[in-house]
Amino acid sequence: MRLWRFNGGLPSLAEHKNESVHLPIEIAPVPAQLIYPLRQHIGNAATPLVEVGDKVLRGQKIADAQGLISAPIHAGSSGTVTSLADHLIPHPSGFSAPSITIETDGLDNEASHTPCADFRQLSVSELVSIIREAGIVGLGGAAFPTAIKLDNQSKSRHIDTLILNGAECEPYISCDDRLLKERADRVLDGIEVLLHMLGAKRAILAIEDNVPDTFASIQAAVNKNGNANITGVQIPTIYPTGGEKQLIKTLTGKEVPSGGIPADIGIVSINVGTVYAVQQAVIEGKPLTSRIVTVTGEGVKTPRNLEVRIGTPINTLVDMCDGYTPFADRLIMGGPMMGFALLNDEIPMVKATNCILVASKHEAITEKQAMPCIRCGLCASACPATLLPQQLYWFSKSDQLEKAEKLNLFDCIECGCCDVVCPSHIPLVQHFRYAKSALKVQNHEKHLSDVARERFEAREVRIARNKAERAERSRKKKAALKSKPAKEEIEAAITRSKERKQRSTEGEN
Amino acid sequence: MHFLTSNAPFIAPQNSIQKMMLWVLLALFPGIITMIWQFGFGVLFNIVICVSTAVLAEALMLYLRGRPILPFVSDLSAVVTGLLLALALPTLAPWWIPFIGAIIAIVIAKHLYGGLGYNPFNPAMIAFAVLMVSFPKSMTVWTLPYSLLPSGAHLSDTFSFVFGSPPAKEVIDAMTAATPLDEMKTQLGLSQTVSEIRSASIFGSLSGTGWQWVSIAYLVGGLLLLFKKVISWHIPVGVLAGLFVMSLAFYLFEPGVSPSPTFHLLSGGAMLGAFFIATDPVTAATTLKGRFIYGVLIGALTYIIRTWGGYPEGIAFAVILINMAVPLIDHYTQPRVYGHK
Repeated sequence: MRLWRFNGGLPSLAEHKNESVHLPIEIAPVPAQLIYPLRQHIGNAATPLVEVGDKVLRGQKIADAQGLISAPIHAGSSGTVTSLADHLIPHPSGFSAPSITIETDGLDNEASHTPCADFRQLSVSELVSIIREAGIVGLGGAAFPTAIKLDNQSKSRHIDTLILNGAECEPYISCDDRLLKERADRVLDGIEVLLHMLGAKRAILAIEDNVPDTFASIQAAVNKNGNANITGVQIPTIYPTGGEKQLIKTLTGKEVPSGGIPADIGIVSINVGTVYAVQQAVIEGKPLTSRIVTVTGEGVKTPRNLEVRIGTPINTLVDMCDGYTPFADRLIMGGPMMGFALLNDEIPMVKATNCILVASKHEAITEKQAMPCIRCGLCASACPATLLPQQLYWFSKSDQLEKAEKLNLFDCIECGCCDVVCPSHIPLVQHFRYAKSALKVQNHEKHLSDVARERFEAREVRIARNKAERAERSRKKKAALKSKPAKEEIEAAITRSKERKQRSTEGEN
Repeated sequence: MHFLTSNAPFIAPQNSIQKMMLWVLLALFPGIITMIWQFGFGVLFNIVICVSTAVLAEALMLYLRGRPILPFVSDLSAVVTGLLLALALPTLAPWWIPFIGAIIAIVIAKHLYGGLGYNPFNPAMIAFAVLMVSFPKSMTVWTLPYSLLPSGAHLSDTFSFVFGSPPAKEVIDAMTAATPLDEMKTQLGLSQTVSEIRSASIFGSLSGTGWQWVSIAYLVGGLLLLFKKVISWHIPVGVLAGLFVMSLAFYLFEPGVSPSPTFHLLSGGAMLGAFFIATDPVTAATTLKGRFIYGVLIGALTYIIRTWGGYPEGIAFAVILINMAVPLIDHYTQPRVYGHK
């Protein structure tokens, strides 16, 4: 298969896969407590369906999707709801947000579920609703509700290629790799469900070429499956080739239009972990309650790939890996390039959590001594979006945000390549995050002031119109008065008042 | 358990200014050694005076500007500026030439514009141009190449040139000569043909005796920088292509009065300029396409100045002039962003 090359990237980024890639997936024990932030997906927070004190079963829906872009949440094990309150959530800002907490009872009783013998008997809309009800979101990290991507019937777009993203380009992470090594057949069943739903001509399952044994297991599963429309492909290991846009470019040579989605060019791209979740939901009838997480880094005693109940607190996860080592310095959710550092390990892992990296001091830099930009252009050469980071930096730093926006700041995927190659050690991505959020605030404020101005102008118009109407009414009234024989009326009024006066004086006497 | 937070990416940077500058210094070594071999020890005096003055001036300016001294001095950018200036200066210049030059480069061309990263013009070339315009006599005293010297180079002679009073006129005449580029220009002005001019002993088979080997040594160093990815090919290839195409066109058109492209490429500062001076990232264009254009313009302008300008060598003026065009070049050569038409 012909492959294409996206701009830049980091071909020689240290992969750090050896720490965990050889470790088989282990099923983690049920933790004592499960915590479910109501918003662990892109879109609206879910609405709780349970009260404090309610008994729940594994797989029971405890919060329902609210609106189209949202996802329900299911209990990971049986137990009792103990709290519906704010809890620390995995977020770079250290926010707390409404969450459901369940004390598990250790029985792990499961709600009834019905496997599906032949998904081809189901209509696409039935399948979409199964996936939606199963609470499936993008497990590669984006956490976008998967059902929306697959609901192709309601849109007129024609999807011709389905891309399965197994290119785990971030250093340290090995959960998708282990999944493909050990459960490739089920991933392929999931691919068939998706092909059926999308009506796509072909499916490409892509992995990086640094894991040949995984490719062998994929090839074996593809051969066994026998569907000629599914192809396994190895692509060069260049960070960030697992980024959706970069992967699409690599496999098809096409580019997702700026501000658009892959469906605009006839492509749907889905992470392999998500495909597995689809297989579980459609064929086994099980909602999304667990996922595979890589716990790694020099800060944990025994790195592991664990299949964990979503909602497990991170400290419990670390305990399952025999605890911290004395080198534990940074707690990172996700990989070291695009993940974020957590304040505290009582935070639960969520649907999007693919990795817990407990980094030592030398694995994660803490601060960089930034020097002035020397305009060397290495950042531009490394940028997988073909941006000019140094120009963006210049404008972001000097608060000329409109200029940064004009240089396509919002096409930045925050992959961190520019940061890593910068000889001046400038935290470029952090500047871009700042500029993006400042621009969003600015655009929002502009929107608000536009609305206010429109309202003010409308009010001015309304006042003028009322004034004109009032003037018109009084003019009409005057005209009406003039047209009536006014004198008669006045005389009549005078007589009436005289009579009243007379009557009152008579009354006094 | 609580942790400190910081922002992604958490991967340590792979590069540093210091590392890049070290590679540049290393890549200059073949050229320096060849220069000593061909032109004697004068270049060493230039290097010592320029580099030490540049570093002291850098430290002083950082102090005056209230900037941290150690991180900026240890980035080695002042060392590189001083060294490049030293290599551009004539080998028998009196000591105050490199001294004043280094001060102009660091104080005026670099720090008065805001220091590292903010100077619009190449500091070493500004210093060279100022010296050239202000002290033309001292700036044209070049030693004869080693092989043409009557009695070989003596360290003491060179020393007295640099630090003492200039030696007797006969000694000067015996030891010095115009550069091949200078001689070529002068003789062409006297209606000689290129082949007549090149029969003189200061011309070698490729360009000037001695000079050709220095140029080749800079080319070797430049290739090392390319190989180590310290610089990209766009600027050096652009400069050499600009110079080559211009000289080839005139060489084919009127060979009697136009030196060959080989002569142009291996004379004067062409190689040093293409690989080490025009590639100064701070003052060069930043987009890849822009860098190639920037290089071509420098190469073409160098030819124009060498051929029709008032000076025999044009690299310094070409670099400074095209530095001015950088914002324009950058503006019109922005790459197509992913997902845009």
